[in-house]
Amino acid sequence: MSKLFEYLQFPFVQHALIVGVLVALCSSLLGVTLVLKRFSFIGDGLSHVAFGAMALAAVLDQLLTEALKTEIPGLSGNSMLLVLPITMISAVLLLRTGNNTKIKGDAAIAMISVASLAFGYLIMNIFSTSSNLSGDVCSTLFGSTSILTLTGLEVWLCIALSVAVVLIFVLFYNRIFAVTFDEDFAIASGIKASRYNTMIAIVIAVIIVLAMNLVGSLLISALVIFPALSSMRLFKSFKQVTICSAVLSVCCSLGGIVISLLAGTPVGSTIVAVQAAAFLLCTIAGRLK
Amino acid sequence: MSLLTVKNLSVGYDSHVILKDLSFKVEAGDYLCIIGENGSGKTTLMRTLLGLIPSLSGSISLDEELTGGGIGYLPQKSSIQKDFPASVTEIVLSGFLGGMGRAFFYTKEQKTLALENLERMGIKELKDRSFSELSGGQQQRVMLARALCATKALLLMDEPVAGLDPDAQNSMYSVIQKLNKEGCAIIMISHDVDAAMRYADHILRTGPVPFFGTKEEYLKNE
Ligand SMILES: Nc1ncnc2c1ncn2[C@@H]1O[C@H](COP(=O)(O)OP(=O)(O)O)[C@@H](O)[C@H]1O
Ligand SMILES: [Mg+2]
Repeated sequence: MSKLFEYLQFPFVQHALIVGVLVALCSSLLGVTLVLKRFSFIGDGLSHVAFGAMALAAVLDQLLTEALKTEIPGLSGNSMLLVLPITMISAVLLLRTGNNTKIKGDAAIAMISVASLAFGYLIMNIFSTSSNLSGDVCSTLFGSTSILTLTGLEVWLCIALSVAVVLIFVLFYNRIFAVTFDEDFAIASGIKASRYNTMIAIVIAVIIVLAMNLVGSLLISALVIFPALSSMRLFKSFKQVTICSAVLSVCCSLGGIVISLLAGTPVGSTIVAVQAAAFLLCTIAGRLK
Repeated sequence: MSLLTVKNLSVGYDSHVILKDLSFKVEAGDYLCIIGENGSGKTTLMRTLLGLIPSLSGSISLDEELTGGGIGYLPQKSSIQKDFPASVTEIVLSGFLGGMGRAFFYTKEQKTLALENLERMGIKELKDRSFSELSGGQQQRVMLARALCATKALLLMDEPVAGLDPDAQNSMYSVIQKLNKEGCAIIMISHDVDAAMRYADHILRTGPVPFFGTKEEYLKNE
């Protein structure tokens, strides 16, 4: 316990906790929508796109630093500035292809996501001068320690984006429900469903980029989907499920970060392991109810 | 002006025409039944009227108060996911959203109105229940209460009694008839011709020998 309080004095631990809570909160909000709409494929595809973009950003950053022989303050090491727009654009494109009945949506998404993975690994391999390539790849995929090395700018960007995500979610909560529950009725009654679908896809993109810091790109889906699935075992109204997901997600994240600090395990996979345990408990509790 | 005027309408998917050259009108307070064989294009026609799929040719004009939404729709039953977590009240309230313009949240009046609509359907006591735990007949009434929140003038229903037991079918039919008597125009798809004859005043038949006219004309034709 005293070890924990000692850790809490460090700014990088405080940053990790702030970002961990915010990311967990945001990623849980759209979980139900993602689970119940075809959007879970988009979420999965996007996390791979984000990996490709992250690799691209890392390589560009390295080339730029070598060319200029100096680090650009604020830009170097800040991959989010490139990853975010690429992921957002991909989100909109994936949604379009998903809605196109002629191309099979799922196949298109699978294609794009595998291609991004391959492309990301390829350019990292070609351009990286790092002596620990597999370590770099591993930390991008599983987020091993990146949350403990966040810069001040990244923390602020993360706070700003999280506030935006929560605000959008709260304001459009009723419409997100309507479009998720029954899109046909929503359109017939006059809701511009395609506009809200685009909005949801962009918000998902933001969440995925945020979550990459915490758990890495392979584990993002777990962060988004586990809290929703767990709370759906326990609750039966949209509001209850949403609130329960948010609380559960934040608790599991905090728990995961603390455990990983004390036990020295990787942050991302520890959080996901805690999520999985919570899911198991919720399933049992749901059965007993 | 009529609530709905359809002229030379062709419907189908991509370029595959399923129904062509349909013309008909629905006036305020009408009760139109669409009958026809399974697979003859009834659902396709209704989805086209709602703007869910594009029409292939011809025109659909809606009365001013209905353009850009304001139609109540009862989808064919299977369209909603089985274990969606949603309470009855949440679902019924969502009927208001189309007409809310820039407002984000439901008003007190809307919440009261939603309860009144549940009462009209005779299911007020279900308001806090989970949708997925209701019986088929109860679910259809919830869907109808939601549709009532979206419109006062025009309800489109796709086989609202399909899959219900005979008692539930009859009570669903009488609820719909009551709404029609209160002034709401009904367009209902049904493959139960007897019920169509009992309740409707206009008939539209899809299929190889199309027909549109009043029930009396239809009976004379047969
Ligand atoms: N999404 C779709 N794409 C292409 N064809 C379809 C689609 N949905 C239905 N159809 C075809 O359109 C025809 C009419 O179907 P439908 O309108 O559902 O008939 P009904 O409601 O009268 O039973 C059927 O032959 C069906 O196979
Ligand atoms: Mg049908």
